[in-house]
Amino acid sequence: MGSIRDKVAIVGMGCTRFGELWDKSIEDLIVESCHEAFEDSGIEPKDIQAGWYASRESGFTGAHLARALKTEYIPVTRVENFCCGGQDVLRNACYGVASGVYDIALACGVEKTKDHHGGFGLFIQEPLDRGMTEWDIPPASQFGQYATRYFFHYKDYYKWDFEGFKTILAIINVKNHDNGLLTPKAHLHRKITVDDVLKARIISWPFTLYDACGMSDGAAAAVITTPEIARGLRKDYILVKGQGVATGSAQSTMQPEFDFLRFPENVAAAAAAYKEAGITNPREEIGIAELHDCFSSTEMITIEDLGFSERGKAPEDVEAGRFLLTGQQPINTDGGLKCFGHPLSASGLRMTYEIYKQLQGKVDNPERQIKNPKLGLIHNIGGNVGIHVSAVSIFGLPE
Amino acid sequence: MVGITGYGAYVPLYRLDKKVIDGRGEKAICSFDEDSLTMAVEAINDCLKGKDRKEIDALYFGTTTSLYKEHLGATTIAMASDLKENVYTAEFGNSLRAGTAALKAGIEAVKAGSTKNALVSASDCRLGPPGSLLERNMGDGSVAFLVGDTDVAVTFEGSYHVYNEIVDVWRNNGDSYVRSWEDRFAIEQGYMPSMQKAIAGLMETFDYKPSDFSKAVLYSPDARRSAQLGRRMGFDIENQLQDPLIDVMGDTGAAAALMLLVAALEAANPGDRILLASYGNGADAISLKVHRDIKKIRGQGLGLKGHLSSKRLITDYLKYLKWRGIVPIDRAAGPIASYSAVAAKREYDRNISLHGSRCMACGYVQYPPQRVCTKCHEKDQMEPYSFVGKKGRIFTYNLDYITPRAEVPVTTTEIDFEGGGRIQSYMTEVDPESISIGMPVEMTFRRYTLWEEIAQREGTYIYFWESKPIREPIKDEG
Repeated sequence: MGSIRDKVAIVGMGCTRFGELWDKSIEDLIVESCHEAFEDSGIEPKDIQAGWYASRESGFTGAHLARALKTEYIPVTRVENFCCGGQDVLRNACYGVASGVYDIALACGVEKTKDHHGGFGLFIQEPLDRGMTEWDIPPASQFGQYATRYFFHYKDYYKWDFEGFKTILAIINVKNHDNGLLTPKAHLHRKITVDDVLKARIISWPFTLYDACGMSDGAAAAVITTPEIARGLRKDYILVKGQGVATGSAQSTMQPEFDFLRFPENVAAAAAAYKEAGITNPREEIGIAELHDCFSSTEMITIEDLGFSERGKAPEDVEAGRFLLTGQQPINTDGGLKCFGHPLSASGLRMTYEIYKQLQGKVDNPERQIKNPKLGLIHNIGGNVGIHVSAVSIFGLPE
Repeated sequence: MVGITGYGAYVPLYRLDKKVIDGRGEKAICSFDEDSLTMAVEAINDCLKGKDRKEIDALYFGTTTSLYKEHLGATTIAMASDLKENVYTAEFGNSLRAGTAALKAGIEAVKAGSTKNALVSASDCRLGPPGSLLERNMGDGSVAFLVGDTDVAVTFEGSYHVYNEIVDVWRNNGDSYVRSWEDRFAIEQGYMPSMQKAIAGLMETFDYKPSDFSKAVLYSPDARRSAQLGRRMGFDIENQLQDPLIDVMGDTGAAAALMLLVAALEAANPGDRILLASYGNGADAISLKVHRDIKKIRGQGLGLKGHLSSKRLITDYLKYLKWRGIVPIDRAAGPIASYSAVAAKREYDRNISLHGSRCMACGYVQYPPQRVCTKCHEKDQMEPYSFVGKKGRIFTYNLDYITPRAEVPVTTTEIDFEGGGRIQSYMTEVDPESISIGMPVEMTFRRYTLWEEIAQREGTYIYFWESKPIREPIKDEG
């Protein structure tokens, strides 16, 4: 098997402000994110040879992207991979360039969740014409099942009562809100405290309101090219070091052996990405990460799945401040899904945007700039219990 | 000898405290995710505990609360009860005598020799207008009997029937609530003369006198009517009359007389003779004789007594009105899913029969049914595997307080089963205070009400299985 490592470069990126963008259309978001990426890269829209467009609810085929940008009969492919859509269009565009077929490709992810009732919904749509037995468990309930089990499993080890467990999750929420305050493009800008989280109403036991990410509209885009072309455009392009995607086949919901203390999809996706990137000690080698904090516990469990903390030790590291802006391994420096909200297919590229800017040292607010993070990682997970899709990508500056 | 070889009953967990509707006692009310079909499945499971379902070759079902004008509820029940495909299914309706009509059909079929074992079930969940006397008197419940010709515990001796063309208590097409003409008219021109004629006819035909019966099981539309009737017929009310359970359970419509029969059988002794009489545009009077085997068929399931003593009291009338769809549920706008009768039919095995599959190559049990084994990856080595009646335990769960449903929290569970297999399911009858990891649960056949909008739009109903806490009867003190 080959590897994507150092074969493609991201030479320009764009990201809209995220939020309840009532008066912005899909087209507006595509134009804003892509043109920021074009300007950032110095590449003209007409030089794009192929496009990949991610959306779950916002458009079908690649025509939305083509129509908004007025491309001239180039191939555009739409990718839907739930919460991983944004990261997967990036991966597909990378493969397009790495294959040598295209020199310059565009990846764009867009979601107007607020155009739909309740965002992408309390439920996944069209469940009844598919398998009814694995369908519309609401997202909070899906991820909540893992949180419940984690609480139960480590209760004695940590001598947790419910509040003790919730305090760990609250620290994660407070961190992400603090980071979001420093991020102009984030949806939520609000200081919260551990106490706010503990006192908030239960929305989906064991989650309170603050354990869930927001719902928002947004888009992000990346221009991908070869390292050779990138070198001619700028010094601080970034290289893709590794990419992994893993899809569950319902093992967790069919096999009683599965313990609900991990997302096996995360573990597999990370293993694939680490192998490509040559990473053997992610706790030390990954300088900065954007993890899929759709719910606070998802971030916590993912920290273990990705090897940032040993199994069962994420709460200790969370409490010790390891993942704060000032910590050894900052996570979700832009506020994460918690503050950006989660326009499904935009999130992966929005995370990439943060890592891209962090690696370049060009974050829009110096207060959250991490000094020389070397390698940055992004992670998404979505779908449903047992059939999650997880994606991990790793980026770094050229030597 | 033809007669009853097994019986079972089902009373929903929830009881409405009738204080909230100016009444006395309680009435059984089905949960928001139950209806006459799901309750019938519960009673049948109660009746068939430990019995071989493959032996059954007919199902007769009686109800006045069928969801369809055209579409057999009995087939849904047959499938959910895991009966074989060549079972004869028939349904009786339009009268509160539908229950005894189903029983008689079962008995006659076995008698005729065309059927070996007939399953009979009746179930009802009628609505009285809010605030009415009817609402106060009616309750929800279901019953099931197995009828055969070997190991018979209760034989059928004979019956007598009268019809009575009268508009006393009725529902028109599209009516949500039961209508009634003036009470005095309904009783004196409907119930009383019909019941009296049928019972008198039975006694005359078979040469019985009131003292020949150990128990008179008389359908009663209210708390005192069967006593009044019994007195007129010369029965000793104190000792011979079966309590109509109006303030315990309520008048359960087409299921009522048969549920009271179960109550009588639970206390009957070999040698007892029982009079069973039901009413609805006429009356059915049936004579039954109890035999030695009654003791053998007793105590398999919870029965009526067990179900009655396992309950949760509802004192919130608004909740009851929401459950019954009388008051709309405040639903946050959400995406409305599409429904495909085609896909639904393909998945009836898992969603109605609660079948998973077992890999014949490696023995692994899995749900829903698969083609490729989740464990050993062999292709097409599966045999159907039924989870009906299997006990499970909660592996993990979540309590969702924001999803709009008639009852919050919406609970999702991962259930691990004895004998293997894990099922991800919704959970019903949840007590948020007592739910825990490792808690024993069983699966229950329910109507899927989260998508009630679809039911309304598409005119169809969706059924599935949920987990629920195991019903534990409250032990009698002393």
